Amino acid sequence: MSSATASDFRTCPDTGLKFHRPAEALIKANAVAAVVFLLVGGVLGLLVGLTRWPEVHLLEADAFYQVLTAHGINVLIFWMIFFEMAVLQFCSSTLLGCRIATPRLGWASWGLMVIGALLNNYAVLWKGNSSVMMTSYVPIPADTWFYVGLILFAVGALINCFIFLATLVIAKSERTYEGSLPLVTFGALTAAIIAIFTIASGAVILIPTLLWNLGFVSHIDAGVYRLIWWAFGHSSQQINVAAHVAVWYAIAAIVFGAKPLSEKVSRFAFLMYIAVLQIASAHHLLVDPGLSSEWKIFNTSYAMYLAVMASMVHGLTVPGSIEAAQRAKGFNSGLFEWLRKAPWGNPVFSGMFLSLVGFGVLGGITGVVMGAEQINLIVHNTLYVPGHFHGTVVVGSTLAFMALTYWLVPILFRRELILPRLASWQPYLFGLGMTGVALFLMGAGTLGVPRRHWDILFSSAPGGGYEFSAAALTMMSLNGMSVVLACLGGAAFILIVVGSLLFGRKLDEEEKVGREMIATPPAEASYAGIGSGSITIPGTLVMVFVFFAAFALYYFINWKYLAETWGIS
Amino acid sequence: MTSLAPPSKKIWWKEPIEKGELIWIAVVVVWGIILTLMMPFWHIYGEQNLSSEAYKTTAEAFQAKTMAVVEEYTVRTEGPFNKPVVKPPAGADIYLIGRLWDWWPAYELEKGQSYRLHISSTDWQHGFSLQPANINVQVLPGYDMVMTVTPNRTGEHTIVCNEYCGIGHHNMLGTIHVVEGGASGE
Repeated sequence: MSSATASDFRTCPDTGLKFHRPAEALIKANAVAAVVFLLVGGVLGLLVGLTRWPEVHLLEADAFYQVLTAHGINVLIFWMIFFEMAVLQFCSSTLLGCRIATPRLGWASWGLMVIGALLNNYAVLWKGNSSVMMTSYVPIPADTWFYVGLILFAVGALINCFIFLATLVIAKSERTYEGSLPLVTFGALTAAIIAIFTIASGAVILIPTLLWNLGFVSHIDAGVYRLIWWAFGHSSQQINVAAHVAVWYAIAAIVFGAKPLSEKVSRFAFLMYIAVLQIASAHHLLVDPGLSSEWKIFNTSYAMYLAVMASMVHGLTVPGSIEAAQRAKGFNSGLFEWLRKAPWGNPVFSGMFLSLVGFGVLGGITGVVMGAEQINLIVHNTLYVPGHFHGTVVVGSTLAFMALTYWLVPILFRRELILPRLASWQPYLFGLGMTGVALFLMGAGTLGVPRRHWDILFSSAPGGGYEFSAAALTMMSLNGMSVVLACLGGAAFILIVVGSLLFGRKLDEEEKVGREMIATPPAEASYAGIGSGSITIPGTLVMVFVFFAAFALYYFINWKYLAETWGIS
Repeated sequence: MTSLAPPSKKIWWKEPIEKGELIWIAVVVVWGIILTLMMPFWHIYGEQNLSSEAYKTTAEAFQAKTMAVVEEYTVRTEGPFNKPVVKPPAGADIYLIGRLWDWWPAYELEKGQSYRLHISSTDWQHGFSLQPANINVQVLPGYDMVMTVTPNRTGEHTIVCNEYCGIGHHNMLGTIHVVEGGASGE
C-alpha cells in the first residue's frame, strides 16, 4: 500500500489544516470549473431575465428557449455539482488530514465531467437543436450529444462520490482522526450518499432515453420518464441542501469557532435528508395523471414532512451554534447582541447568514406550500416554481458556496483577495437581487404567469392571447430589474475571485494571510451560564418563532387562494 | 472542538439535548404532522381535489372521442381558425386535446354545473393552465386524465400552455367560456 509521505502534505499556516497536495490540486480544479460554469450560466440568466422583462423582451423566441435550457443546466447542474465535488474532497481529505484515494481517478472523473459539460453545451448552444429545457421531457427530442454529455458528467460525478467514500475509509484505517467524523464531514457524507442515489436514478432514465434517441428503444412512457427523471432532478436538490448546510456549519466554525449545540440533533437532521429522498419526485407529479392521491400525499410527506423538519432543525442549530459561541465570547447581553456584533462586513459570514435566512424564508416556506397536494393545482408550472428554486438554489446554495469561496481563495489558492471592499458588499448585492428575483417570480406565478414562456403578452398569437393583470406585468418588470441587480452581484463575485487568482498577492506556503482565518473556539468553561435562565440561545429561539409565524400564516393564505377557484374533483 | 473536528466527547450521543433545541423540535414535529393532515383534511372538506382517475389512451382513440363530442354539441365557431365552440349538457364527458400548438376544441360551460373534463396530449407534453382561475395540470401523451370541474365565475377563460413544447409553445392557447345557467351563449 502506498501511504503518503510527509512531503505530500502541506500544513496551512493560518488554519493548521493539512492539505494533501494531490487532493488540493483536485479541489482547485473542481472549484475553478465550478466558477467558470457559474459565469456562463449567470450570463445566460441575465439574458433570460431581460427577455422576461416585458418592456425589454430582448431575445427572439428560439434564442430564448435555447438560452433558458442552457442557463438551467449550467448553473443548476454544472456549477453546483462541480463545487460540491470540491466540497467533498475538502471535507474528506483536508478536514481529516488524510491522503485522497486514487487521485488519478479523481482527474479522470474531473475530465469526464468537463467533457460532458462541454458536449451538452455544444448540443444546446452550438448545434441549437436541443432546446428541450433541463428536464428534456420525452417525447420532445434533443441532440444525441445532449444526453451523452449529461451521462458523462454524471459518471464523472459518481466516480468522485466513490473517491470520497474511499478517502473516508483510508482516514479511518490510517487513523488520521480520533473518534467520530467531524459534523461538517458527516454532512458531506450525507450529500455524497444522496448524490449516489441521485446519479443512479439519472442513469436509469437518461440511458434508456439515449437509446430511444438512437432508435434502439421505440417508446418511453411520458409519465414514467417524469417519475424517474425527478428522482434525479429533485434528489439533486437534496445534495445541494445537504452540501450547503454542511458549508453553513463549516463557516460557523471558521468565523466564530462555533461547535454544534448537540452533535446528536444535527447529525440526526442530516440523516433525515437521506431517509426521505426515495420518491421525492412526487413533489413534481402532484398534478400528473395516473397517480393516486394516497400515493401523492404519502410520498410528499412521508407522514410528517421529514425533510422539512430536518431543514427547520438546522435552521435553529446553525444560528444557535453561532449565538452560543458569541455569548461564550462575552456578547451575552440582551437577545441579539451576539448578532449585532457579528462581522457583517466579512463576506464569509454575511454570505452564509443571508443564505441561511433566504433559504429558510424564500425557499423553505414556499417549497412546503407548493408541495401540498392540492395547493400545487394553483402553482404547478407557473413562475412560482422558478421563484421557489431561486430561493433555495441561488439565495441558499449559491450564496453559501460564494461565501466559502472567499475563505478558500487565500487558504487553498494562496492568493490574497483583491477588492476587499467590493467583497464585503457583494453578498448583499447578490442576495438582495436574488431575493427580488425569487419574490417577484413567485408573485407573478401566484397570478398565473407560466414558466418557460417567451412572451406573456402573446404579441404574436394569431387570435390574441390572455391578458395577464397589470400586477403580474409589474412583477415581471421588477423581476427584470432584480435580475440585473443580482447579475451585478454575480459579476462582482467573478471579478473578485478570478481577479484574486490571477492578480492577488501571492502567499508563500509558510506565509500567514495576516488576518484571522479561523477563529479560536471559546473555552468550554466559558459556555457555562450563557443566555438567559435555562435557555442558552434565546435570540435564535425568537428568530425561529418569528419564522414559524410567517410560515404558518403564508401556508394557510395559500389554502384560501385555492378555495377561491373552480370546484375540482 | 468545532464542527470541523471530531466531537470532543467521544460518546457524544449520550450528551443531553439543549432545551431550546428540544422546544423547537417539538414544534417542528407537531407542525410536520399538521402539514401532512391538511391534505387528507382538504380531501374531506375542500372543494378542490384532483381525482385519481386516469386511463391509458392513444392519440387516435382520444381524437375519436373528442370528435364525437364536437360533432354532437358544437354551437358555433370562433377565432381565425374557426375553432368549434362546444356546449355540452351539464354532467357530460368532455374532451380537450393539447397538441402542437393548440388546445382543441373551445368549450362553453355553465357556471355552477359540473363536467367530466378529459385532457390528453396527442404529441408532446403540455401544461394545461386555465386563467384567470389558475388551475394547472400536467398533460401527457398516452394518458387520459379525468377531472370533474365546476366553474364558479362567468366570463372568458383562456387555456395557456405552461409546459414547454417547442417553438410555438407561447402561442398555444385555448378558450373556455363560462356563462350563467340557461343563457344561450350567443
